[in-house]
Amino acid sequence: MAYEVVIGLEIHAELSTVGKLFTWTANRFGGEPNSRIDPITLGMPGVLPVLNRTAVDYTMRAALAMDCDVQPFSKFDRKHYFYPDLPKGYQISQKDLPIALDGHVDFDVNGATRRCRLTRIHLEEDAGKSIHAEGRDDVSWVDYNRSCVPLIEIVGEPDLRSPEEAIAYWRAVKEILEFAGVSDCNMEEGSFRCDANISLMPEGSDQFGTRAELKNMNSFRYVHQALEFEIRRQTQILDAGGKVDQETRLFDVDAGTTRAMRNKEEASDYRYFPEPDLVPLDIDDAWIQAVRDSLPELPRARRQRLVSEMGVPEQTAAVLTGTRALTDFFEAAAEGCGDAVLAANWVQGDLLGYMRDAGREIEDSPVSAPELAELLTLLKDDTISGRIAKTVLEEMIATGKSAKTIVEEKGLVQVTDTSAIDEWVRQVIEDNPGPAEDYRGGTAKALGFLVGQVMKLSRGKANPQLVNQALRAALE
Amino acid sequence: MAEAATPLHALTAHELRDKLRNREVSATQIAESTFDRIRAVDDRVKAYMVVTQDAAMETARDVDSRLERGEPLPPLAAIPVGIKDLICTKGVRTTCSSKILEPFVSPYDATVMRRLHAQKAIITGKLNMDEFAMGSSTENSAYMETANPWNLAHAPGGSSGGSAAAVAADEAVLTLGSDTGGSIRQPASFCGVVGMKPTYGRVSRFGLVAFASSLDQIGPFSKDVRDCALALNAICGHDPLDSTSADMAVPDFTAGLVPDVEGLRVGIPAEYFVEGLDGEVEASVRAAISKLEQLGATLHEISMPHTEYSIATYYIIAPAEASSNLARYDGMRYGHRTDDPDDLMDMYRKTRGEGFGDEVKRRIMIGTYALSAGYFDAYYLKAMKVRTLIKQDFDRAFEEVDIIVTPTAPSAAFALGEKTDDPLQMYLSDVFTAPASMAGLPGLSMPCGFSSEGLPIGLQILGKPFDEETVLRAAYAYEQATDHHLRRRSPDGIAV
Repeated sequence: MAYEVVIGLEIHAELSTVGKLFTWTANRFGGEPNSRIDPITLGMPGVLPVLNRTAVDYTMRAALAMDCDVQPFSKFDRKHYFYPDLPKGYQISQKDLPIALDGHVDFDVNGATRRCRLTRIHLEEDAGKSIHAEGRDDVSWVDYNRSCVPLIEIVGEPDLRSPEEAIAYWRAVKEILEFAGVSDCNMEEGSFRCDANISLMPEGSDQFGTRAELKNMNSFRYVHQALEFEIRRQTQILDAGGKVDQETRLFDVDAGTTRAMRNKEEASDYRYFPEPDLVPLDIDDAWIQAVRDSLPELPRARRQRLVSEMGVPEQTAAVLTGTRALTDFFEAAAEGCGDAVLAANWVQGDLLGYMRDAGREIEDSPVSAPELAELLTLLKDDTISGRIAKTVLEEMIATGKSAKTIVEEKGLVQVTDTSAIDEWVRQVIEDNPGPAEDYRGGTAKALGFLVGQVMKLSRGKANPQLVNQALRAALE
Repeated sequence: MAEAATPLHALTAHELRDKLRNREVSATQIAESTFDRIRAVDDRVKAYMVVTQDAAMETARDVDSRLERGEPLPPLAAIPVGIKDLICTKGVRTTCSSKILEPFVSPYDATVMRRLHAQKAIITGKLNMDEFAMGSSTENSAYMETANPWNLAHAPGGSSGGSAAAVAADEAVLTLGSDTGGSIRQPASFCGVVGMKPTYGRVSRFGLVAFASSLDQIGPFSKDVRDCALALNAICGHDPLDSTSADMAVPDFTAGLVPDVEGLRVGIPAEYFVEGLDGEVEASVRAAISKLEQLGATLHEISMPHTEYSIATYYIIAPAEASSNLARYDGMRYGHRTDDPDDLMDMYRKTRGEGFGDEVKRRIMIGTYALSAGYFDAYYLKAMKVRTLIKQDFDRAFEEVDIIVTPTAPSAAFALGEKTDDPLQMYLSDVFTAPASMAGLPGLSMPCGFSSEGLPIGLQILGKPFDEETVLRAAYAYEQATDHHLRRRSPDGIAV
């Protein structure tokens, strides 16, 4: 039978606040195990949580960026379960009154725009990390650095109809969070991960089937693999007339399959109750407005502006709005040189090409946006040629010197002095009588060879257009 | 002339402060006198879990050198203060009288400790209590039974029994305890001292090991009302580390101590004078109420109809919160861990099974049950609703009266062992103190008489939220007009 796939994602994103959610200790990834801890992170006897207001700001930014309603009254609850990486024996989370409700995210799949509705966004603390020794079952360690890091959970409606849509939606959320500046969404570091609910129903039906929940995936590829596997698994069960169990399943990265969690791994009763150590959160309109005002332009809007107002080709605009840092870089370079299309080509082509080869992000670019703009300005006003510009950029990357300095030091200023060009032209024709004859005889492509020779003689400094003109004049 | 013979450890904080200022005594002498006293009597009273003499003597010498240099001293400088063992003290063991925290040394000081250190108070040590503050007799300590200094065969009350007994036996001039459902007021009543639970939010809970977070509040024990006010001055105030601490100005509580209750409206709730109240207690409390009237207060019969549900409500809410707060004692990061467990679950089971005493386990089970899916609405949620009704009883009453006066406990101190086999009987010791805890109100207990056995009887004075001043003023006026607080020790107790 043909089935329609129904998928809903619960996305977890760690917020990039300076401090942790309930304590002053630095919120940063990594470090020596248990180096970013304090009595509150460890849940020592007698400690109390104090809410980091910036984490609330960030949650509100994420919520507003995804068109959610920020709630005037929300509260925190304790969610209980025993696990070594959970220091207090409960996680401070939000159960029935989250910070935000009812939003949506638009995303593009195969050229069409789709929408996923959001149920809610709530704020909670992350847990530590258990480290199990390979090949040993008698000992495990726990690193509490991640414990108490602020985490938002974005609960989406089951509006997604294929693994491709799920991935596209997840990417769109990632972009929004990055642009809103609330999470670095680093999937390798686990700061951006998701659970997926997936079920099948006969095509044309509006009755959802029984769902399986896939836990804790942190790569686009894994989510795709896990969902594809689940579709096959559930299809087989349903085709054989069986019933899908409602259960939590784990994705096995190595096998590319999912397996049901053992009962022990699944806590059945979290015994939620209102966190008595925190007062409820009152958010007034002024606070919401202040956060709304601080919200930067979001990726979809920005992409459209790049195309419609700046004339950047659609494909290039899509690349340049991949991350907020990259778009910021591009816009700064475009403004600096006054030519958006030129800047777009250089950022997307040469600079990103270099960054890719070097395995680095735009944030680590050895050439800043104003520095690139300076180079592009030299190119635009014909001080240097496009070819020279490429070598100058390489030099900038290698030495960190400015474009002007390099051009001056190396004498790379483009020669527009026609008498010098005429002299080089004369010499090239003299040295290459064959091609010169060919051109005169009607072989147009011989001109290209002669231009190349002149450029070579000028060590790239001659203005190619002037060389072209001078050669034609001399040969005709 | 009698006063001249009184040893330093038997004086009040304000008396010691004056003597220190007048250079009649040194801080070192005060400290030595107190530690001598502890050595002399604590093997019988057993109030102290740990005595911290070395650090205390260092503080005393520091105070003396400041005196020497003529530097100004904070009000509690050189005053010997003992600390209930569930307040975290950096570098000193904090066990909560539980086996599960036997090896635990806090890496940080509670906010109240930082405040006391800033005052240059002499910290005498850590005081015994019911395990995790769960109990009304201090018999639930995993380590020892504390005796009532008035009669060593009787209980000091609880859970802050060590704190009450230490003040009663002159083993400290002031002590800190904590009150969740009566754990300061009831032992103060049993030991014949002044004990006060301030309004919820007045004193930072940061560093107070949590029993029931929405109820717990730190407060002082003292020998008289003036000392209580002095102690409150030192420990009250907003703390950014406690989100539930009130961000409001704290008055100078000693400034309001005038012996004047003219026109003060005193509420007498009928529901606190019911069957089960000991006759001698009722007689003493009624006499105290008459005394207030003689002093100019007006008496008002009031009704608090939901009082009878207090104990049931309290014993849902407090265990529910406790079951959550005590989840962290899992042997993973600090405290006791079982030897050689089979696996993780086994480690949890054995660590907690070995570490917690019976009463703690009982309350964890009650609380876990009350919060479980399917029972939450019937128990926890309903209890929270009744809690609101109890609070509304008080709100209505305080529209008519300024303070409410009741017995602190249904009886004078019961004998050690008398109620240990009957948890319900033990829970009923809190019947008059739990309601105000659930409403977050300030409440004070002070001696108002003695039983025929010579055991103290306590008077409870409750006030409006953040109106400790009126409670203290009434207590002070009553104290000035009576002499119960001057009576020292029964023949069966610890002689001065």
